[in-house]
Amino acid sequence: MKPKHIIGIVVVVGALAYLIFGGLGQNLVYFYTPSECLQNQANCQNRQVRLGGLVKAGTVDYNKDTLDLRFVVTDGVTEFPVQAKGTPPALFGENRGVVIEGKFQGGTFVSTNLLVKHSEGYQAPKEGYTPEQIRKLIEEAE
Amino acid sequence: MSQTKPMNALTLGSLILGLLALGVGAFLAFTAPPDANQGHVYRIIFLHVPSAWVGLVALFIAVAYSVLYLATSKPHYDRVATAVIEVALLFLSLTLLSGMLWGRPTWGVYWTWEPRLTTFAILLVVYIGYFVVRSAIEDPELRAKASAAISILGAVNVPITYMSVKWWRSIHQTQTFDPTTGRSNFDPAMLPALLVNILAFSILFVAFVRVRSLLAEREAVRQEMSPQAG
Repeated sequence: MKPKHIIGIVVVVGALAYLIFGGLGQNLVYFYTPSECLQNQANCQNRQVRLGGLVKAGTVDYNKDTLDLRFVVTDGVTEFPVQAKGTPPALFGENRGVVIEGKFQGGTFVSTNLLVKHSEGYQAPKEGYTPEQIRKLIEEAE
Repeated sequence: MSQTKPMNALTLGSLILGLLALGVGAFLAFTAPPDANQGHVYRIIFLHVPSAWVGLVALFIAVAYSVLYLATSKPHYDRVATAVIEVALLFLSLTLLSGMLWGRPTWGVYWTWEPRLTTFAILLVVYIGYFVVRSAIEDPELRAKASAAISILGAVNVPITYMSVKWWRSIHQTQTFDPTTGRSNFDPAMLPALLVNILAFSILFVAFVRVRSLLAEREAVRQEMSPQAG
């Protein structure tokens, strides 16, 4: 076997080991729900975690000038205030799913990265909307 | 043995038909209504889903050829299995790329280590490893046996990857067409575009595999004629 083949196999096996033991091992629980964070503080406190839930309706407060975003994430039982910075993804909104990467500081979850989970459903917009109107709506939302 | 075996009618026909279907599919993809939530960006689905489906189903087809090789030891089956995996890898790379381009505007990131993406990355690395192993083994019989083993074992990851969005918490949405419940959450007006693209990708898959197998066969013939040149 030539050296380049040995290197190739080592690279592939190394990548697999990294993905399976590093990537998959830690990420089978991709995010914790607010209730889980309340029950098992050790999992969530003082470390970088992902928190997943829905954006509670009526709690979104976004300052366009300072880019400060505040909202409450809920799983229907437990909720936590979230503090984020920057423009959220276009699909961010009330009652939408989010996964927030960050850390608890006191009772507030301070986000370093905000991800939006969208549904698996695809539907044409209601009667009367044209693609151009949709584009305008999207632009307005941003 | 004819050294310059030409492309037959089925290969050429499927190549032309596949390209035509791809054109129709692209037209339908751009004329389908926009999505109520995502607007136009959802149209990536017409590339992402067909390439994922064809690529993943292809890995099962590769298993069939790998089993056939182990049962018969005919080099032909080894060549076709390799061609199938090579083309599948092309489609799966397209799935990965289109998925990343879709993830950025919708989720907010190109990549995140969540279960579907992680299992898919493992899947890709295994099949890249398939070609690394092939290039490393010089004995044709041992090479064919080893690659058949990787092909059969690697396919175990296909259902895991497919079900990952249901088994674990993920950012990736669950199946729009759920075969376990028969439920579909897709506007009928968007359906023709998706189906025609799946058809186009499938026909092109067949065409690519046939062309690749033919090339592999010619390579093998040439190597047989001058064993030293290999």
